[in-house]
Amino acid sequence: MKPETQETLLLEGLAKSDSKAIETIYKENYNLVQSLIVNNSGTTDDAKDIFQEAIVVLYEKVKSGGFELNCQLKTYIYSVSRRLWLKKLAQQQSRFPLSDHHEDLSIVVEDDIEEHEQRDMEFKTMDQAIQQIGEPCKSLLEAFYMQKKTMQEIAYNFGYTNADNAKTQKYKCLTRLKKLFFTQYKNDSL
Amino acid sequence: MNPEFQLLDTIERYISGEMTPDERVNFEQLRKTNPDVDQMVVEHTLLIHQLDSLDKNKKLKRVLNNVHIDLAQKGLIQSPKLSGKAKVVYLFNRYKRTTAIAASIAGITALAFSALVWSVSPSKPVKEIKELSREINVLKNHNRQQDKEINNVKNKMVAPPVAYKTGGTGFLIDTKGYLVTNAHIIEGANNIVVQKTNGQDMHARVVFMDEERDLAILKIDDEDFKMPASIPYSIKRSSADIAESVYTLGFPRNDVVYGEGYLAAKTGYNGDTLTCQIAIAANPGNSGGPVLNRNGEVIGVLSAKQTSAEGVVFATQSKYIYHALDALQKDSTYLNIKIPAASTLKGLDRMQQVKKIADYVYMVKGS
Repeated sequence: MKPETQETLLLEGLAKSDSKAIETIYKENYNLVQSLIVNNSGTTDDAKDIFQEAIVVLYEKVKSGGFELNCQLKTYIYSVSRRLWLKKLAQQQSRFPLSDHHEDLSIVVEDDIEEHEQRDMEFKTMDQAIQQIGEPCKSLLEAFYMQKKTMQEIAYNFGYTNADNAKTQKYKCLTRLKKLFFTQYKNDSL
Repeated sequence: MNPEFQLLDTIERYISGEMTPDERVNFEQLRKTNPDVDQMVVEHTLLIHQLDSLDKNKKLKRVLNNVHIDLAQKGLIQSPKLSGKAKVVYLFNRYKRTTAIAASIAGITALAFSALVWSVSPSKPVKEIKELSREINVLKNHNRQQDKEINNVKNKMVAPPVAYKTGGTGFLIDTKGYLVTNAHIIEGANNIVVQKTNGQDMHARVVFMDEERDLAILKIDDEDFKMPASIPYSIKRSSADIAESVYTLGFPRNDVVYGEGYLAAKTGYNGDTLTCQIAIAANPGNSGGPVLNRNGEVIGVLSAKQTSAEGVVFATQSKYIYHALDALQKDSTYLNIKIPAASTLKGLDRMQQVKKIADYVYMVKGS
């Protein structure tokens, strides 16, 4: 199989959170990222966090569609990890020059990372909003919008007399979530 | 549903593509003419998309974590393995929520269930059947035991001795240490030991339990257990005949006791077909003992006696040992259990038979 098609398959797998594909990506790339971070005042735990965040960046990129890999997958993951680690070091205000032996591997990934950070913030906002609406709203919305249960199942599980009652409750909860989320969301964007 | 929710419902059907083409055209028209509706559609789409992506993001992170740990364990990446305590902490953190929820649900269910049982059960059940497990008297030694324990703590030496609450009998069905006994003897026991006449305690664990037939299979897990070469008796598959002479060995006290009688009926208490009735002298502690015929074939497992009449004893029919084994062997780790097919005791006189069997009958104690 040609390397490009193989990488395309891996990315398709990643988009579906397929653990086989993730395992392959992990095996082929993790050690390089770990040595970068461990050699630059990071721990193996930092390496794990940074590498996984880089994979999330890649995942979002693939999911948003139209992602074309114009370099090797390895190069992309390495560059994102490097960038993420530099940012983290900057936050910790330790300005060590990053020593890395794969200078040629780096490509420009700033835009991708910025998008990722934006998305991450939105996730945090949503997560907070969901925590704030409390039970049973939280479980009810999670059951419908995340676990994709049908209204019948939900009515049964949550003890509503019929699917219509459950639906009313769901929209009540959703209206509250919407209010919380958008207030926060607009504050963040300002 | 109130009009606002009705609108939300319509929007949701629009987003998920559940509308008919006509409905869709109409709705899009409404969107164009009514900016409020349009705004709602946009917000709703964003909200649902956010919820969905958040879920996918969390799932991905879980998969990533699992893959990381898996690969580190296999040594396929250079990350340090979680080992010993770290792993326990990791697993604890990972499952503590699930465990906590499961535990509280179990707790609530148990409380609700016991309340239910309490409310429907008669206040004073008349019990005509008495299970023959022996209550070993703990209270009598209580004070002495406590003193002993205090001494133990003082000396920081040996673990306190375990006080066994129930006792009965069991017998080997496989040379590897598998033993049949009554389920009621070991019910609720955390700690099970078996003991031969004047032998030492050996630890055993439950591998199978069938409360309905009152049967349990234990496995002796003790380095002191020495595998015998073969088992002299066999387990009978068919039922025995009325008036057949039978005998049993058991531990109503700390020594093995022989008892003899005959098969009185093919069914048990109130026509129960799982058991058979035997006329024999049995005492608490005889429970779980083998009932053998004159050929040295086990025809039943002694389990209960009728309290209202003397000498009326019930035994679980031996064919259910095979049933229990079949159920157990659905798990392939137990496929190597082999029940002795033929009795080598045929033609020997009773004394010789008992002498040979006594070595395979154990006292079973639970605490």
